[in-house]
Amino acid sequence: MSLSLTGVGRQLFLKEFVSAFLLAMKYFFAPKVTLNYPHEKGMLSPRFRGEHALRRYPNGEERCIACKLCEAICPAQAITIEAGPRRNDGTRRTTRYDIDMTKCIYCGFCQEACPVDAIVEGPNFEYAVETREELMFDKAKLLDNGDRWEREIARNLALDAPYR
Amino acid sequence: MAEIFFTLALIVLESLGLLVALLISVSFLIYFDRKVWAAVMMRRGPNVVGPWGVLQSFADLLKFVFKEVIIPDGANKVVFVIAPIVTSLLALSAWSVMPISEGWSISNINVGVLFLFAISSLMVYGIIMGGWASNSKYPFLSALRSAAQMVSYEVSIGFVIITVLLCAGSLNLTDIVHAQNHGLGTKLGLPPSFLDWYWLPLFPMFIIFFISALAETNRPPFDLVEAESELVAGFMVEYSSTPYLLFMLGEYVAITTMCALTTTLFLGGWSPIIAIAPFTWVPGVIWFLIKVVLVFFMFAMVKTIVPRYRYDQLMRLGWKVFLPISLAWVVITAGVLVSMGWLPS
Repeated sequence: MSLSLTGVGRQLFLKEFVSAFLLAMKYFFAPKVTLNYPHEKGMLSPRFRGEHALRRYPNGEERCIACKLCEAICPAQAITIEAGPRRNDGTRRTTRYDIDMTKCIYCGFCQEACPVDAIVEGPNFEYAVETREELMFDKAKLLDNGDRWEREIARNLALDAPYR
Repeated sequence: MAEIFFTLALIVLESLGLLVALLISVSFLIYFDRKVWAAVMMRRGPNVVGPWGVLQSFADLLKFVFKEVIIPDGANKVVFVIAPIVTSLLALSAWSVMPISEGWSISNINVGVLFLFAISSLMVYGIIMGGWASNSKYPFLSALRSAAQMVSYEVSIGFVIITVLLCAGSLNLTDIVHAQNHGLGTKLGLPPSFLDWYWLPLFPMFIIFFISALAETNRPPFDLVEAESELVAGFMVEYSSTPYLLFMLGEYVAITTMCALTTTLFLGGWSPIIAIAPFTWVPGVIWFLIKVVLVFFMFAMVKTIVPRYRYDQLMRLGWKVFLPISLAWVVITAGVLVSMGWLPS
C-alpha cells in the first residue's frame, strides 16, 4: 500500500464515494429500462421462432404434404410424422404430425426445410402449461395453432420474404 | 399496588405500540431499500403486490411463515431455534430507550447510550449461536468472521460515542438531543438549527460512525458474512422459514436502530431543521422519521454503489484507519473543550 499524500487525502475525504454517489443519483432519476412484462411487451422480429404451427391454404386445405423433410432435418428429433396413402389428386397428407416441445430447440430448421411453408414457428412464446403431457403437440393442436395465428404468421412471412 | 399495575400495563401497552409501529415501518423500509437499489440500477423494483408494490414485504413475510421449518439432523436443536429469537429480540429491545420525540421513549434511562451499545454488542451472540448450532463448517466460519467484524467496529463506534458524550455531557439520549439545541449556529446568533447538530463540529466522527454502523450491522459493503454472490447466506445457510425471517428481521431492525442512533447522536433527534415558524409546527416524530429515512437512504445508496470489501481490507479499515482517527479525535475534542471552557456542566 503506497502512502502518497494525495491518495490518503482522497481516501479520507471519500472522493470516490462522493463521485459515485453523484453518478448513482443521475441513474436514480434516469428512465427505467425494465418492461412491465405481462402488461408491456418487447418488440419481436418477424423472424422470431416461437410456438410451432401447421398452416392451411386459404381454401382450408392443409399445406403439409408429408414429405418428412422437417422430420429428417430436426436436430433434436422432436418431430414424428406418419403419412397417409396417396389421394386422388396425387398428393399425400399426414395422418400423424407430433412435435415433442420438450425436445424442440427452436432452431427453425423445420420451417427452413418445408417446401410449402406448412410448418412454421409463430410469434407466440407464451404457452407455458402445467403438465409435461401438454407439451406433446399433436396434429390437431398444431393445426389449431395455425388457424389461431395465421394472420401474424402470414404477415411475418411476407415481411421476411425479401431476405430469404 | 394498583399504581404499580397501572404503570406496568402502561409500559406493556407502550411497548406493544412501539413494536407494531416498528415492525410496520421496517417492512416499508425494506421495500424502500429495494426500490432505491432498483432505481439506481434503472430497474423498477417490486411493483406488483399492492399499489406500487408497497405491500411486497408483507407478501414476503407470509411466504416465509408458510414454509416448512427445516432443522438439520446434526444441529443442536435448542440453540438452533434460540439463535434467531435472540437476534430479533435484542434488535427490538434496543428501541426501548430510543427517544422518538420529546419524552417519547419507553424508558428514559440515564445510560441510554450504554444500553444501546451493550445491546448491539450482544447481537454477536445470535450470529455465533446460529453459526455454531448449524453444525456445518460454512455457517461456523461465517459466524466467526462476522463476530470478528462486529467486535472490531464496535471499538471505533465506542470512541465516536465518547466524543459525542464529551460534547453533550450526558449518557441520556434525550439529553444528548437537547444538548444539540445550542452550538455553532446559536453562537452566530441564529435560531436553533441544523448547524447546531453534532454532525458539523464532529464531522469526521459522523462519517466514521456511519461507516462503522454499516460494518456493525453487516450491511454492504461489509456484508462478507452473507455475500450473496459468493456465499449463500453465511451463518444463515441452514436456516429456513420463520427462523430465517427472524434473522432478517433482526438485521433490518438493527439497521433501523443504527439509523435512529445516528439521528439521535448527530442529526439532532426530533429537532426541526430550523426552529422557526413553519418547521416548528411539524411534530417531532415526523422530523425524527424524516431523518431516519434519510440516513437509511444513505445506507441503501452505499449498498448500490460500493463494491464489497475484502476481509483484510475490512480489518485494515477498522483497526488501522478508524481506530487511530477516532482516538485522535477524542483527544482533540477533549482538548478543545477544556481549553475553550466549553465543557458541559
